[in-house]
Amino acid sequence: MNVFGLYNYWIVIFLMMTGFYVVISSGNLVKKIVGLSLFQASVFILYISLGKITGGTVPILREGITLYSNPLPHVLILTAIVVGVSTTALGLALVVRIKEAYDTVEEDEIHQQDESL
Amino acid sequence: MTPLVLVILVPLVAALLVSRTGAWPNLREAISLVAGGILFFLVLSLLPSVLSGERPSVWIAEPIPGLPIALRAEPLGTLFGLTASFLWVVTTVYSIGYLRGHGTSHQSRFYAFFAIAIASTMGVAFAQNLFTLFLFYELLTISTYPLVTHAGTTEARQGGRTYLGILLGTSMGFLLVAVVWTWQLAGTGEFRAGGILAGTASPLVIGVLYALFVFGIGKAALMPFHRWLPAAMVAPTPVSALLHAVAVVKAGVFAILKVTIYVFGLDLVRENGASNWLLWIAAGTILIASLVALQQDNLKRRLAYSTISHLSYVVLGALIANAAGIIGGTMHIVTHAFGKITLFFCAGAILVATHKTRISEMGGLGRRMPLTMGAFLIASISIAGLPPMGGVWGKWYLALGSLDAGYSILVGVLMVSTVLNIAYLFPISVRAFFYKETSTSATGVMEAPTPCLVAIGVTTAMCLVLFFFPDPLYRLAVMLVD
Amino acid sequence: MILSQLPALQVTLPLIAAPLCLLVRSGRAAWGIALFASAASFAVAVLLLSRVLDQGTLSYEFGGWAAPWGIEYRVDIVNVFVLFVVTAITTVVLFFANDSVRKEVDASRQSLFYTVWLLCLTGLVGLVMTGDAFNLFVFLEISSLSSYVLIAFGKDRRALTASYQYLVMGTIGATFVLIGVGLLYMMTGTLNMADLADRLPAVMATRTVRAALAFLVVGISLKLALFPLHLWLPNAYAFAPSAVTAFLAATATKVAFYVLLRFLFTVFGVTFAFEAMPLGIILAVLGAAAILSTSAVAIFQDDIKRMLAYSSVAQIGYMVLGLSMASVAGLTASILHLFNHALMKGGLFLALGCMAYRLGSVRLGALAGAGYRMPWTMGAFLVGGLSLIGIPLTAGFLSKWYLVQAALGQGWWPVLVVVIVGSLLAVVYVWRVVEMAYLRRPNDSDASAVREAPLSLLLPTWFLIGANLYFGIHTRLSVGIAGKAAAVLMGQSQ
Repeated sequence: MNVFGLYNYWIVIFLMMTGFYVVISSGNLVKKIVGLSLFQASVFILYISLGKITGGTVPILREGITLYSNPLPHVLILTAIVVGVSTTALGLALVVRIKEAYDTVEEDEIHQQDESL
Repeated sequence: MTPLVLVILVPLVAALLVSRTGAWPNLREAISLVAGGILFFLVLSLLPSVLSGERPSVWIAEPIPGLPIALRAEPLGTLFGLTASFLWVVTTVYSIGYLRGHGTSHQSRFYAFFAIAIASTMGVAFAQNLFTLFLFYELLTISTYPLVTHAGTTEARQGGRTYLGILLGTSMGFLLVAVVWTWQLAGTGEFRAGGILAGTASPLVIGVLYALFVFGIGKAALMPFHRWLPAAMVAPTPVSALLHAVAVVKAGVFAILKVTIYVFGLDLVRENGASNWLLWIAAGTILIASLVALQQDNLKRRLAYSTISHLSYVVLGALIANAAGIIGGTMHIVTHAFGKITLFFCAGAILVATHKTRISEMGGLGRRMPLTMGAFLIASISIAGLPPMGGVWGKWYLALGSLDAGYSILVGVLMVSTVLNIAYLFPISVRAFFYKETSTSATGVMEAPTPCLVAIGVTTAMCLVLFFFPDPLYRLAVMLVD
Repeated sequence: MILSQLPALQVTLPLIAAPLCLLVRSGRAAWGIALFASAASFAVAVLLLSRVLDQGTLSYEFGGWAAPWGIEYRVDIVNVFVLFVVTAITTVVLFFANDSVRKEVDASRQSLFYTVWLLCLTGLVGLVMTGDAFNLFVFLEISSLSSYVLIAFGKDRRALTASYQYLVMGTIGATFVLIGVGLLYMMTGTLNMADLADRLPAVMATRTVRAALAFLVVGISLKLALFPLHLWLPNAYAFAPSAVTAFLAATATKVAFYVLLRFLFTVFGVTFAFEAMPLGIILAVLGAAAILSTSAVAIFQDDIKRMLAYSSVAQIGYMVLGLSMASVAGLTASILHLFNHALMKGGLFLALGCMAYRLGSVRLGALAGAGYRMPWTMGAFLVGGLSLIGIPLTAGFLSKWYLVQAALGQGWWPVLVVVIVGSLLAVVYVWRVVEMAYLRRPNDSDASAVREAPLSLLLPTWFLIGANLYFGIHTRLSVGIAGKAAAVLMGQSQ
């Protein structure tokens, strides 16, 4: 059980930290958005996996089955996924506009252009 | 309705009217004068009831429960209000001559803020509690800022910065703390005869609190928080005369007296002993400021340091906290006001007539401006505290108070200060009357504009009158310690 | 009948009006719709306020589903007050927006602008109303996404990078909130806040709940721009259109602060948040650090919008400082400051909008002599600035007075020093502007062309500035409600 039994959380933490690292370390605005999506996706997995009940089956009412997995987190996370997609879309739209305005998507070069102003 | 609300409203309405009538200078100045006259009679109308022991009061609003904005006429405030409102009229007359003679710009703004400053001064004078006092005290700082920086030059801006920085800094850093603390300890901020703090805290706390008040009221210019006053000398002379010789600075020492009498109570201050060290700071300020004054060549700056020194006389009276000390301090507020405003009027008159600001250039000026320089000499005598001028009374009672309290050394300080006063004021007259002229470009008598001379005449006469008839003054002051 | 549906109307009104704005395509018509919608939601908020004052807490079940399962809107004295502030500010600022936006946003995109504005309002109002933790996350994202867009409408290209930066940090914050909510759900199996409050005490001692608290506080602090998580705010406020800055400064951070209050005091409870966890001292230190450091930074800003943005971070510090005391007096001060700060920053940013309208810039140098050319605008700025400093008779003084009293009441002496130093720093940064406007001559010779801002801009500005003075003297409404709200949060009956 213990450490490995909760492997889903390890996956979540690994994904989350990877995403977070990309957001912080990358100077490329598109890559930052990728990292941000990864960061959000890890939380989606956290939600989905916590709906699982050991020995439970899919939550569809059927004869002879008494133990179901919890469907609520899945429903919740559908909403969160929609939010995540809009965030990514908006982020990318901003990157397009930034590219038009600065002709680059590298953070350093943008800073340089702003400072020389 | 008591005249109390009106003493605030009249100058405020005047400010509004003045700012709207800038196109007609004569009308504008007439409004200022009329408002000044009305204000003086309003305050005067309070006098009989105050003398008969009544304390008319009025409640305006209560923004925070338990902390109302309210006014009450008591002897000290009435005395201060009378002095300030009377001198407002005189200064307005003077300003007419000065501003026109000097061709100052933005005169409407000048008169408007002047009136607001007077309204704030009245608020300080008649405040019924600490909160109201603090409120009008801050308003006075802010409304005088545009007057100090009136010229709009770099020098004026810098002076204004020092002015605002020190006054707001001390008031928010110390005074506000003291007000909040008092409110915590006593549960009220009301000024009551006998004080509100007795028995609420340990002697140490009382001592610290008292020091917070004394330094927090930065307008009293106790060293080391005195630098704003010389900085404020960049203002036009009427401002320096009324505000920085009378209204603003006296609001400071007045507030210290008021806090001493009505918040701490004389007994508490005297018995506590924790404020003794403040006495030496006041004494030090008296002497050091006089010594600094000796070295100033700019006439207004010399007068400013002289003011710092004399403000500490009043602070000293409050700190001695016995009957004679309070009477001396109170009387000094009034007598010094008349003397010092005369000196500033003269300085302004010299500036308008000859464009001279430095003492070293004033040789032989007595022959050009005999009236002005004569008035200057008379006022100098009053400031030095020599008979037959009004200035003698304050110093007399302060010396008595020092002896009563057992501080004979303070009598020495007062005497040395008199010598120093003579040393930095009289040479100006001597130079004016006995030296040769430094420049010979013009000849004959060349006095300042008539309104200026009238104003100088009135205040000079008052210096004399106060020597022979100090009785009304004394009666009000004595009520404070009964 | 309709009265019982008020809580639903509050959210759906702006939500339905938003696509209408998009349909009309004309900037002016969209503005009319937006103004109408926000005025209507203000009216709803006022009705709700009076009902809550009469009857106490209202509960509304969305779609008729009973509370722990369905989404519940719970309106008590705390959030109805915030609602009142948010809807009032947005209505006033929209009056201002008409002329200001026409100058700062392309004509073809104005209807989009108002669409997004209404969506943002929907998000903010929903955040305040909802009694469901997950629903809160959704509204948080609605308001955040739309505010990124609003900021990107700024004319300067740096608005784009500011918006991007805010998007990254805001998303991380919102995701943290999501994690926190998930962890709470994991331990209790419920998302309803009242239900959570009932069930949490049983599982308080677990590490999961502690982690949930940490995630929620950090996540909300990011949205709140609590020092040191405020880095997105100065740029975002500085480059957004004037009306947006005024709107967001006066509402968005206030709503985030409300969310923090709600989680700490209603969901987790004082005992857990402040006794079992050392949150009080952490927040107090951060609040004090915010006041001192960002006020100091504000002094060195040349762009006045940016300067006020830093000042906003400092003001958030005052609110958090009051909250950290975890007492009725402290919370009263915080909630009062929430209200007062909305008034002063709203007014100040609108005054800046007037300057931008006429001068085309709000850099310090551009304001030389503005005091004579735009006397009403600069007068408004001056009064707002005095309120920010905390001069008596302004609303700002009351906030500070109550905060200091609360601090002294529990012996927190250093708070007094922090408040005073913060006020003195505020004097310096406000005075730089005043000095520039009144004591310098205009730089250029064609300056005579600059006139006072039009009445359509001045009226809303002075409305908010006037409110600063009104609520500085008449405190029954603001202090009274803040006190009641604080008592409710601390679990005392009204």
